[in-house]
Amino acid sequence: MSGEPLVATPGQTIGPFFGFALPHEGSEQLVPPGHLNAVRLTGLVLDGHGDPVPDAMIEIWQADADGRIEPCPGSLHRDGYTFTGWGRAATDNTGRYSFTTVRPAPTNEGKLPFFAIAVFARGLTNRLFTRAYLFASPDAIAADPLLGSLPADRRRTLIVTEDGDELRFDVRLQGEEETVFLAFPGDTP
Amino acid sequence: MLEESTVDDAIEPGPLAGSDLASDSQAAISAEIMEIRRQYSEAATEETQPRLDYPPYRSTILRHPTKDLHHIDPETIELTAPAFGQRDVDVLEADLTIQASGDPIGERIIVTGRVLDGGGKPLAGHLVEIWQANAAGRYIHKRDQHHAPIDPNFTGVGRCLTDSDGSYWFRTIKPGPYPWRNHYNAWRPAHIHFSVFGRQFISRLITQMYFPGDPLFDLDPIYQSIRDQRARDRLVATYDHEVTSHEENTGYRWDIVLTGSRNTWMEPEDRE
Repeated sequence: MSGEPLVATPGQTIGPFFGFALPHEGSEQLVPPGHLNAVRLTGLVLDGHGDPVPDAMIEIWQADADGRIEPCPGSLHRDGYTFTGWGRAATDNTGRYSFTTVRPAPTNEGKLPFFAIAVFARGLTNRLFTRAYLFASPDAIAADPLLGSLPADRRRTLIVTEDGDELRFDVRLQGEEETVFLAFPGDTP
Repeated sequence: MLEESTVDDAIEPGPLAGSDLASDSQAAISAEIMEIRRQYSEAATEETQPRLDYPPYRSTILRHPTKDLHHIDPETIELTAPAFGQRDVDVLEADLTIQASGDPIGERIIVTGRVLDGGGKPLAGHLVEIWQANAAGRYIHKRDQHHAPIDPNFTGVGRCLTDSDGSYWFRTIKPGPYPWRNHYNAWRPAHIHFSVFGRQFISRLITQMYFPGDPLFDLDPIYQSIRDQRARDRLVATYDHEVTSHEENTGYRWDIVLTGSRNTWMEPEDRE
């Protein structure tokens, strides 16, 4: 590639008024609620005072229950059968988001499965990325490039707590229990 | 489409409980903006994205991470992105002026441009979503309290997929500026919200496109949360008379660059 690389377009806050535009019917249902392996991925988005953020939006992107990543169209008009791997949910008045989905399986042997997560909110000038890992053994956690590099109290913010078919993952934008947010190579401030 | 539960800046009491933030004057906010600008120019660095911590935009105060972002290489799922296709988007969704039985009120415009990767290659078949206020500066959103009229013929919501050359195209109405309660007499410059997916999940972008020469630019802490002038300029569309069409609409052009991980667009010999 010749020439100077182009500079990325800056982000801006999603603002308060996305609700009539971005979330759509079924956008939070990666599988129908009655699906055999359906689980609920849910949690609160909280600010630095621990107060709920009622105008946030969460997007998830994940492998399926067999660890496959096969990007398929259809997320905006779901057919009830095709697993697209992507979902979008706005938080409600209590700061809660919720998805109906399946547990992702490892995409490669030895890799821990996780939900890739993007967080948007009024008052958040740019999207934040994080990961929600499924429960894993201490050995597997230690071997993971991300989890293994974090002290235990920070690592905890990236692992879902499981209660039957409910996977709980809170997003704390700020404070003592602040979620670990990610920067990738090439990201500039 | 219109049911809604989010809270807006116009009615929220503000992030600092007990303080009446909407009482801050524009002069006070502008002084904060100028001081941050001065500090930035002295730092002699070049930023390309907004600051997450930008106190003149009051709602950032409790909503920005205070710990450093954790640097990590993207892996597996993050190196791919959701796909969207004809199944997801009707071609008519790109024209926001034909969504009702009557014509919406306001200046009819076309906004077009290309979605490119960091190497300048077009991203074809990518989803672009937009939402905006109407010509009077009012959103179709039940929490928007601005006493400007709703236009029954305008939702302000559009979608399209990029063409083979990465281009997107919308016909819409030029949005008006609108007030918000960041401080007393606070007004947002006219803008269109854009949501775009790249080749990787980590390219995901939500941003705002502005119009050239807006007198509110210097006063707006959301726009100014991008501290670098050149980076701010990247959000301003260009008036393009080639896009303007005879007796139909004026035209604006604005390109979007999604870089993501360099490996997706660098040639092998260029990779680090």
